[in-house]
Amino acid sequence: MSTLTQATRSSTGGGGAKRATRMRSDSRRAAPAYYWMVWPAVIAFAAFHTLPVLVGIFFSFTNYAGYGAWNFVGLSNYANLFGDERVLQAYGFSFLFAIVATILTNVFSLAIALGLNAKIVGRNFFRGVFFVPYVLAILVIGYVFQFFFANSLPQILSGIPVFRDNILTNPDLAWTAIVVLAVWQACAFAIIIYLSGLQTIPGELYEAASIDGAGSWRQFRSITFPLIGAFFTINVVLSLKSFLQVFDPIVALTNGGPGTSTESVTLLIFKGGFSGGEFAYQTANAVIFFIVITVVSLFQFRVLQRREAEF
Amino acid sequence: MTTTTTTAAQASEAMPEERARRGRRRPGRESDDTRRINWWATALIAVCSLTVLIPMYLAVVVALKTPDQLAGGSGFEWPNPIRLENFAEAWERTNFPQALLNTAFITVGSVVFTLLTSSVVAYGIARNLHRPFFKVVFFYLLAALFIPFPIIMLPLVKQTAILGMDNPGGLIILYTIYGLSLNIFIYTAYIRSIPIELEEAARVDGAGTWRVFWQVIFPLLMPMNATVGILTCVWAWNDFIMPLVVLTEPEHRTLPLVQYVFQGQFNVDYTVAFASYLMAMAPLLIIYIFSQRWVISGVTRGSIK
Repeated sequence: MSTLTQATRSSTGGGGAKRATRMRSDSRRAAPAYYWMVWPAVIAFAAFHTLPVLVGIFFSFTNYAGYGAWNFVGLSNYANLFGDERVLQAYGFSFLFAIVATILTNVFSLAIALGLNAKIVGRNFFRGVFFVPYVLAILVIGYVFQFFFANSLPQILSGIPVFRDNILTNPDLAWTAIVVLAVWQACAFAIIIYLSGLQTIPGELYEAASIDGAGSWRQFRSITFPLIGAFFTINVVLSLKSFLQVFDPIVALTNGGPGTSTESVTLLIFKGGFSGGEFAYQTANAVIFFIVITVVSLFQFRVLQRREAEF
Repeated sequence: MTTTTTTAAQASEAMPEERARRGRRRPGRESDDTRRINWWATALIAVCSLTVLIPMYLAVVVALKTPDQLAGGSGFEWPNPIRLENFAEAWERTNFPQALLNTAFITVGSVVFTLLTSSVVAYGIARNLHRPFFKVVFFYLLAALFIPFPIIMLPLVKQTAILGMDNPGGLIILYTIYGLSLNIFIYTAYIRSIPIELEEAARVDGAGTWRVFWQVIFPLLMPMNATVGILTCVWAWNDFIMPLVVLTEPEHRTLPLVQYVFQGQFNVDYTVAFASYLMAMAPLLIIYIFSQRWVISGVTRGSIK
C-alpha cells in the first residue's frame, strides 16, 4: 500500500522531483505484503531444512545411537571416520561410480542429442522415447533391470563366463550394472538439456563452416562444442552431484552387496544410521559428505568455466 | 482491468516468439529445415532407442507369463497363452488401490501447494531483489541446493516423528518446502522479465500487492507453473528415499515402497512382481504419452535459464 501512496504523491511533483522520490522509495522498506509473502517460507524452510542440518551437526559431536542417553565425544566420530574401512570403501565406490557414470552420461547423451538435432525421420517420436526413463521410478524400472542382469543376461550370453554367472553377485563387476541403470535414466534429462543447447546454434554457422571446407568432426569441435559449453558445464556438475549421492539404483540392483562392495555413502548413512545404531557416527559422515560435495561442485564450476572461456 | 490482462498476455506471448525469431530452429517445425534427411543419423537413433524400448518390452512380456513359461527362458520370449491373472494377484498382494491413492494424494497435494506457495515467494523476492533482506533470503534458499539429502535425513526422521508428520500429509509439506529452492530459482528469472508497468497500471486502479499478484502476475506465470508442476509431479510420484525414511505406517506406503513386498521373499515371484511394476509405472507413463510434447517443452523451459 505504501508504494501506492508514494506513487500518487510523486505524481503531484515535477519531473525531476518525481525521479528523486522514486529512488528514495526504492531504498525504503518494501510494502508489508512482500514481507508477508516471504517470511512464512523462510520460517518453514529454517524449521525443516536448516534446523535438521544444525541438529545433525550438533549430534555429530556426540555418541547418540538414535535412542537412549548420549554424551559429548568431541571430534572422535570424525577421527574414527578416517580410519573406518567401510566408510573409505563407500567413498571410493561413490567416486568411482560417479566419475564413470558422469562421463558415460555426457558422452551418450551428447551423441544422441546430436543425432536428434540432425534432420531425421520421426524426430519427435524418438525424442519422446528417449525421455521416457525420466518419468519412471528408478527403483521400479531398476527391478526390471535386476531381472535382466540376474536371469536374462546369463541365458543370452551364456558363452561369456563373466555374464554366465549373475554379474550382480560378482564383487568386482556388480558396480558396472549399477552404472548401466543410472546412466540409462540420467541420459533422459541430459539429452533434453543438450538438445535445447544445440537448438540455440544458428544453422548459418554450419553453412559458413562447410563452405570453408570444415568436416563434421571439425565443425563439432570448433562450433558445436564451444557454443554449448554452458550446457556441458551444467550437465556435468548436476550429474556428478547426483551420482555421488546414488541410492535408488543400488537398492534396486544389489542393496550394497555382494558384501559391501557396492555400498555408496548415502546407502551407508541410511543403513548405519537407521538400523546400525550409528546415528551420531553417520551424521558425522554426512557432514563430511556435505563438505566433499560442496568442494567438488565448486571446483568443477571453476575448472569447467575457465575451460569454456578459453575457446 | 481487461486491457491490462490483454497486454499482459500479449507480452508473455511475444517473449518466446521473439526468442525463436533470433535465427533458431524450433524443434517442431520441420518445414523450416531445408537440410536433406540424414539416414545415417536416423538409423543410429533408431538403434539407440532400443535401449529404452527393450527394458519396457521385457517388463510387459514377463508380466504376461506364467511362472512355468518364465522358467528356463531368458524372459524375452513372447508368452503363449497370455496370463492376465498376474495383474489381479499383484493388485491384491500390494494392496494397489491403497498405494495408488497414497501416491496420488501426495503428488497432487505437493503440486498444488508448491504452485500456490513457490510462485508467491518468488514474486515477493523477485520484485525486491535490490533490498538486502530479500537478497539474503534468495541466496539462503538457493544455497540449500548444495546440501545433500543424507545430512538432513537422520535428524529429519526424528523431527517428523515428534511433530506427527510421519504420514502422507507430512510428506506434502516436506516436498513443498524442499522444492522451494529450485522453484524460486526458476520463477524469479521469469518474473523479473515481466514489465513492472503492467503492475503499476493495476495499482493505479487501486489493487493491492496481493491482488496484483493473483490477478495480473499469476496468470502470466502459466508457462513456469507448467514447468514447476511437471518437475514436482515426477519427483513426488517417483521418489523413494523420502517416503522410505519418513513414513511409518504400512497403510501409508506409496507405489515405489510397496514393490518391496516382492524383494523380501526367498523365491521372487517374477511374473506377479512385474505386473505390479507395470501398474506402478503406468499412470505417469500414460499421462506422459498423451502430453509428451508439452512435458518436454516444460522441462526444457525450466532448464535453460
